[in-house]
Amino acid sequence: MARAAIPGRLAWRVARLAEARQETETARTLVFDVPDWPGQTAGQHIDLRLTADDGYTAQRSYSLSAPDRVELTVQRIADGEVSPYLTDVIGLGDPVELRGPVGGWFVWRPGTERPVLLIAGGSGIAPLMAMIRARRRSGDGTPFTLLYSVRTPSDVYFADELRRPDHGLTVALVYTREAPDGWPRPPGRLAPADLAHLGLAGDCFVCGPTGFVEAAADLLVARGHDPRRIRTERFG
Amino acid sequence: MTARDTGTGYVDGNALAGPLGELFALVAMDVTAATGRCVNCGRTGPVAALAVYDRAPGMVARCPGCDHVMLRLVRTPDAAWLDLSGMVWLRVTTER
Amino acid sequence: MGIVSPGFHGRRRKSAAELPPGQYLTNDFPVLSAGPTPRMREDDWEFTVTTETGREHRWTWREFLDLPAETPTVDIHCVTKWSKLATEWEGVSLDALLADVETEADFALVHSYGGYTTNLPLADLVEGQAWIVHRYNGEELAPEHGGPARLLVPHLYFWKSAKWVHGIRLLTDDEPGFWESAGYHDYGDPWREQRYQGD
Repeated sequence: MARAAIPGRLAWRVARLAEARQETETARTLVFDVPDWPGQTAGQHIDLRLTADDGYTAQRSYSLSAPDRVELTVQRIADGEVSPYLTDVIGLGDPVELRGPVGGWFVWRPGTERPVLLIAGGSGIAPLMAMIRARRRSGDGTPFTLLYSVRTPSDVYFADELRRPDHGLTVALVYTREAPDGWPRPPGRLAPADLAHLGLAGDCFVCGPTGFVEAAADLLVARGHDPRRIRTERFG
Repeated sequence: MTARDTGTGYVDGNALAGPLGELFALVAMDVTAATGRCVNCGRTGPVAALAVYDRAPGMVARCPGCDHVMLRLVRTPDAAWLDLSGMVWLRVTTER
Repeated sequence: MGIVSPGFHGRRRKSAAELPPGQYLTNDFPVLSAGPTPRMREDDWEFTVTTETGREHRWTWREFLDLPAETPTVDIHCVTKWSKLATEWEGVSLDALLADVETEADFALVHSYGGYTTNLPLADLVEGQAWIVHRYNGEELAPEHGGPARLLVPHLYFWKSAKWVHGIRLLTDDEPGFWESAGYHDYGDPWREQRYQGD
């Protein structure tokens, strides 16, 4: 019997690296050319597969950090297997395999008309950045607030873009290890005070390492946020 | 439908081709937004909120409330094994 | 085979002649887990063998430690394709635990704290082929590797070596365990590459 056909979006496609830029000392943003890419909803992710010349394969999931093109921002993990290849080795024109986009729960669509609170821990900014860009690109007037927790000032992804004025978007950074000179808040983990001034209405998207997401979601619920309006995505 | 007139009161599984095929197509579009109910504690929530253990021979999705196994997925070279016995139901929204 | 990404090698690995087919050598000790790690106090730990007639044989931690210890050095092979050579363990042979157990059973279903199960023929647990181990590499077995104690059956794929072992039920009919009921092989001989049902 013939093997069942897999719908196009879930089939593996060959993607070639088209652009790359260093995002921080340990993170790199990669843009891939993917023929017949079906497009995505902000917040979705892809599966990426690498094959070595002896047939060995490794597969990982990465969030898309753009609302339109296939852009990933990859953090190098010191003893990682896939991330060091993507941050240090792969060159322009080199192929990888991708499938997706996938995921329909941790997504934001323009026109939702509820204020949005985004909370990112470290590289958890990626899918939230896709939402920020989707909002800007569509001219949607929904108020957005981004609370972005990073270790030090040099760990901020998309730093220039987040500094540029974007009407209706408020960005607040939380530094956990080291803050810029004169920063009013001493370095430390996300705390109730960091959320005190935020509105309670609307949708919350929280993305980051598991421990960070649990802590942030607990803070939101303790503040009275409706748990059904909190969507989370954890990694690692 | 003539199959209903055979007097047995039931038809065979071929009748599921359309309805179940449609369901799996919807699941293929996105399973993470589907809602499931835990067979152990009755907690209900989206598939996206399950605790998934994937550093294992397969993927094991557990209830975030009671840790009961709600879903297992094993891929072999030529098959996929899906165990949903930990769910009372899986609700997939359709177009109205 | 998929499209090759030039310059991608993955983890350093070599497929040595002494390894079963499809396995790669690893030097670290990967932690695989299908659920949260149970944290068992040794005072609360108990190991039970239940025969097909319902007769129970029980050991507390103290009683278990009083049994003669052995120190097997064995190669282990995980179905996810890593193998690790010459791992050093300390524990009690199943021969010692089963010595006074009267049974006609042919099969065993091993069960663990946390709910994990795995099945294998009883014949593969005896004659110096299996241990309940509580020390690895000269140290107490860490919870993520199955401590306080795990089963060690090195001649089968490592998912049979149940972590956090709690007991063994002896059965006249084979009953599939956690992975065996979701596509994995009932026996799991790495040298015959019995990974999945039908292999």
